[in-house]
Amino acid sequence: MNMNLKDKLSASFLAFESNYGVDTNENLHQIRTHAMDQFEKVGFPAKKNEDWKYTSVKKFLDRDYSLFPIKTGNVTHKDIEKLLLKGTETYKIVFVDGVFQTHLSDVSHDQLDVCILSSAIKKPKYQIVFNHYFNTVASKEEGFSNLNTAFTSEGAYIHIPKGKVVEKPIQILYITTDKEKEVLLQPRNLIIVDENAHVQIIEQHHSFSDNFVLNNTLTEIFANKRAVVDFYKIQNDNIKASLVDNTFVQQKEGSNVTVNTYTFGGDMTRNNLSFYQVGENINSNLNGVTMVKGKSHVDNQTNVYHQQPNCESHELYKGIYDEASTGVFNGKVYVEPIAQKTDAFQQNDNILLTDDASINSKPQLEIFADDVACSHGCTIGELDKDAMFYLKQRGIPSKEAKALLLFAFTNEVVKRIRIPQLKQAITDIISEKLGVELEIEM
Amino acid sequence: MLKIKDLHAGVEGKEILKGINLEIKSGEIHAIMGPNGSGKTTLSSVIAGREDFEVTEGSMTLDGENLMELEPDERAHKGVFMSFQHPIAIPGVTTTNFIKTAINAKRKALGFDEMPAAEMLKKIREKAELLGLDRSFLSRSLNDGFSGGEKKRNEIFQMAMLEPKLAILDETDSGLDIDALKTVANGVNTLKTKDNAILVITHYQRLLDYIIPDYVHVLSDGKIVKTGGKELALELEEKGYEWIK
Repeated sequence: MNMNLKDKLSASFLAFESNYGVDTNENLHQIRTHAMDQFEKVGFPAKKNEDWKYTSVKKFLDRDYSLFPIKTGNVTHKDIEKLLLKGTETYKIVFVDGVFQTHLSDVSHDQLDVCILSSAIKKPKYQIVFNHYFNTVASKEEGFSNLNTAFTSEGAYIHIPKGKVVEKPIQILYITTDKEKEVLLQPRNLIIVDENAHVQIIEQHHSFSDNFVLNNTLTEIFANKRAVVDFYKIQNDNIKASLVDNTFVQQKEGSNVTVNTYTFGGDMTRNNLSFYQVGENINSNLNGVTMVKGKSHVDNQTNVYHQQPNCESHELYKGIYDEASTGVFNGKVYVEPIAQKTDAFQQNDNILLTDDASINSKPQLEIFADDVACSHGCTIGELDKDAMFYLKQRGIPSKEAKALLLFAFTNEVVKRIRIPQLKQAITDIISEKLGVELEIEM
Repeated sequence: MLKIKDLHAGVEGKEILKGINLEIKSGEIHAIMGPNGSGKTTLSSVIAGREDFEVTEGSMTLDGENLMELEPDERAHKGVFMSFQHPIAIPGVTTTNFIKTAINAKRKALGFDEMPAAEMLKKIREKAELLGLDRSFLSRSLNDGFSGGEKKRNEIFQMAMLEPKLAILDETDSGLDIDALKTVANGVNTLKTKDNAILVITHYQRLLDYIIPDYVHVLSDGKIVKTGGKELALELEEKGYEWIK
């Protein structure tokens, strides 16, 4: 009989630690051990946990996942071509079954570090920066985050030095193959953007396997003074793949960070996204489009912590749920007493295309300062009849008319994408999902 | 061309049109005038095939073909066009792309290939000029952030592109200043041929100074209560609708 997943993870931890070397980074060893203790205490989230009320991870816990893939699939350039951005040069950090692939990647140490976490852990020249930032903004309480921390070994390490404006977008690609049966992968990204630096990053998880895949990924983003960071998550995986994405952003004075979450597929996708504002005049942006069908389940949890005065946050999530797909939006905004002159905006709009599709949307504002402008809104509806009639009157049949309106619905978010080639790529995915060809305003 | 006989229609069991008889021949311009609530918008919606309205009695044919059973897009393919009082905005889809989609949908339904790109471009340029629309306007998202006048000009631009047999102009003059009104009317007049027909639906007479109707019908409480020539519009303007009842 299989051990349940929690016990199996506990049993594997010591072997994992010795495998990756306890001695190379004592600080990391301490953090991992502490995280494992925490995970053993809290375990996987259950439905009685308010934040997991509408998302169950129960079915994952009985699967006999391989925790440390030994075999790595053979993936070629051609295999990943469709996942890469076309028409512009990019840095690429590509992993297959958890292992970094030099031949598929295009990294850099020339004035900026676009490389891998295992190097940053080991090499003295990166260790100081690594130890200064690592696991300082990630959750120390929550189960999945602790689990990822405990098993931290590999992922993307990006450090953009002061004043550097990175011209090329950076693509991080996590590929899973069918070399192992069911696999649990736990990539870890550490992104540090120093004062006045600008960077654009695109992250994707993609399974080439028909087997069950669970990714429990964690990303920490540190935006120092006046840094500008655009982070894009493209979640368009197959129906056997599930993703728990934990992203923590810490922003200093005058910085501007945008996290864009585009979800088009997967079995279960859970995004835990948290922003911590620790300086003044900060701008935090959270954009999301979810467009799913079948039995896909997508859960977006967002937290914005306004902890200093004169900051803004803008949040816009749109969802289209077809067939028997289900969604959750839980948007929390905390405004601390000191955070006067906060400007916080949140909107979540949803279209349900069938009677079987559903969405649970819950805006949650906790405001303890009095001189603030905070607003939130949430809509759940069907396609607009007036608009359908207008398009059909022009001779456009139902299917195309519906597609055009759904495209228009998502466009308010899509048009905010600041990489033209990515905007085109996202539009192409949306067109494909809608089964029509669309030409867009650039 | 269009023959409507004893048409009764309503919404949610409430009868709004109570026996409309109307015949429009090729080359004619008809105007339907009437106070608010008389059924003007219902009539245009029913001709265009809006599903919200239920036709309970009567018949409606276009060149002898029964319109009743056709979807709005199928009616459009047969040549029915309606200029909307409140056109819908479609963010992210350019006016050019939208009109291409509409034209090619019609061609596909009629069994033609897509219009060649060069021909499409030429036609777009020609018709845009007619309506005084510049190129930047055409590459903007359809009706997104357009002023009232821009929306109406865009409607007539689409009419010019689609070349309908029967064009229904529903309150096209509302929200237009006098210059925009002249541009729109001039566009409509240029598009008028002996083979097509126009039905102008309006509350006020002022559009009819520029688009001169052959017939004016007065709609009141779901029925056409009076029909006359263009001078009837002026009389209504002067005396109001009370006079007709």
